[in-house]
Amino acid sequence: MSTKKFMYLNRKAPYGTVYALESLEVVLIAAAFEQDVSLAFIDDGVYQIVDGQKTDGIGMKNFSSTYRALGDYDINKLYVSKESLDERGLSEDDLMPLVYEDEDDDWAEKPSVFVVSNAELSKIMSDQDVCLSF
Amino acid sequence: MADILGAPVDEEGFLVNLTDWTKDIAVEMAKGDDIDLSDEHWEVIDFLREYYEEYQIAPAVRVLTKAIGKKMGKDKGNSKYLYSLFPYGPGKQGCRFAGLPKPTGCI
Repeated sequence: MSTKKFMYLNRKAPYGTVYALESLEVVLIAAAFEQDVSLAFIDDGVYQIVDGQKTDGIGMKNFSSTYRALGDYDINKLYVSKESLDERGLSEDDLMPLVYEDEDDDWAEKPSVFVVSNAELSKIMSDQDVCLSF
Repeated sequence: MADILGAPVDEEGFLVNLTDWTKDIAVEMAKGDDIDLSDEHWEVIDFLREYYEEYQIAPAVRVLTKAIGKKMGKDKGNSKYLYSLFPYGPGKQGCRFAGLPKPTGCI
């Protein structure tokens, strides 16, 4: 089976709609088929990987810890829109410190999150075989 | 709906309420598959439960194999060893005994 480049665009806040959780599930399924998967977080989607999420008050499952498993699934390209962070008064320090272990480099921990400008992001998107928007 | 020791299970035998899980349920599920749970089985079941606790997902078998290998050594982190313990698949059968949902992406 040939490998395709899949990018999943996440544009919505994590709770309130089911988009973020559905996207995450589809991402994990695609990874099981050993595709080249990357994620982009744009608009309110940046809130999906904000650190310190608490969902007790809204009675929903806090699935933010699942993003920390992405590295185990060899998903280590998470692009975050710099403009979207800026517009919301957020910075990279507000995001979960997501990492992966590089098997070819003695399991060294390396960052998976890359803050990029929208211009850079559109270049990365045009390089994909498939873009799916959630 | 079918149940195991009073805990409801779905049509594939997975617990409906994950909080119902007890070690006795795992033993009973294994018995139904003609398996006597050994220390080696429990090692994997405990690992699956810890993984779920930490990441809120049941790991895919590839991820499980890699993680077991890292934690317990290459002689255990390979599919031959894991399938010898869980002939119906370390992901599917292991997760069922561990009281977890079916792994995401598992068919």
